[in-house]
Amino acid sequence: MNPQMVMYEEEFNQIQAVVERLVKEANAKVVFIVDKNGQLIAAAGDTENLDTTSLASLTAGNIAATGGMARLLRENEFATQYHEGEKANIHIQLVGNRVILVVIFDARSSLGLVRLRVRRASDELNAIFEALLTKVQSPDRNDVLTEITDADIDNLFND
Amino acid sequence: MSFINYLSREINCKLVYYGPGLCGKTTNLQFIYNKTAPEAKGKMISLATEQERTLFFDFLPISLGEIRGFRTRFHLYTVPGQVFYDASRKLILKGVDGVIFVADSQIERMEANIESMENLRTNLAEQGYSLDKIPFVIQYNKRDLPSAAPIEELRQALNANNVPEYEAVAAKGDGVFDTLKAITKLVLTELKKGSGQQ
Repeated sequence: MNPQMVMYEEEFNQIQAVVERLVKEANAKVVFIVDKNGQLIAAAGDTENLDTTSLASLTAGNIAATGGMARLLRENEFATQYHEGEKANIHIQLVGNRVILVVIFDARSSLGLVRLRVRRASDELNAIFEALLTKVQSPDRNDVLTEITDADIDNLFND
Repeated sequence: MSFINYLSREINCKLVYYGPGLCGKTTNLQFIYNKTAPEAKGKMISLATEQERTLFFDFLPISLGEIRGFRTRFHLYTVPGQVFYDASRKLILKGVDGVIFVADSQIERMEANIESMENLRTNLAEQGYSLDKIPFVIQYNKRDLPSAAPIEELRQALNANNVPEYEAVAAKGDGVFDTLKAITKLVLTELKKGSGQQ
């Protein structure tokens, strides 16, 4: 089982900085990061008219299905996927087998440029998530959860 | 595997509706979708065949309110019930925080229920979870049908561990929210317990 995913302000800011820079450097429309269970972690670019929650869940499903195919072929993972549309293209990269980096781009960019920029961003993200994981496993985490009382949970349903 | 975001102050959890083909998993989600206020839900996605059988999964994100200033958000998934989609079912169980087993009460579906329950246990074990430990509730659906088996019989076949169980007619919505409330409570209680132990 994977450890629980937790996000703190410090690491979020680092991740957000990488994602925002990737939008610029890759001439992308949207960049977002999803964990393998489909939770959206960060997003940048023209996300206003985009259903990022749905995209996150479908991306994770897609990576899970591709991972299933990989295992049947005795491959470890297919770490990269690329889907080409008429106007929009989508580049999906598994980072450190933990999170998924998604870049949506159009004719203003190219697959070559996106791949190049994604490679560098992946290394940076990997290091950040590595550090985050260490922090999550330290003993004094999740203080908010321990404070929750049974009454708090019951109150959620008092409608 | 829940996701706690201290920055946006959100607790995100994943729930999976499991059960044999045509037992009403998608119907549960559709009812929840229809009865949830627009601001508390996202789009419902169904990856289904042309005959409206679930092919990969249904997905519905809902928000349930705040606990200690943290918004609780639940991602609801269904699995495809048909036996031959087992590879897909395994994938959807990844990172699950709580499971709802939807049983088809019709007596002729008893064996399908039992088979699906065993399949759930096996597939959870493959992901490193135990059905005896994970937050888990059972819903006996289609109680309105004439061929519905007595509850006692269903309980004996499916609920050896005496987990919370609910009667339902998902098509009309009976029991749907009771089941959802029960599993979200168990998941949040487990989160609280889990964090205390570490």
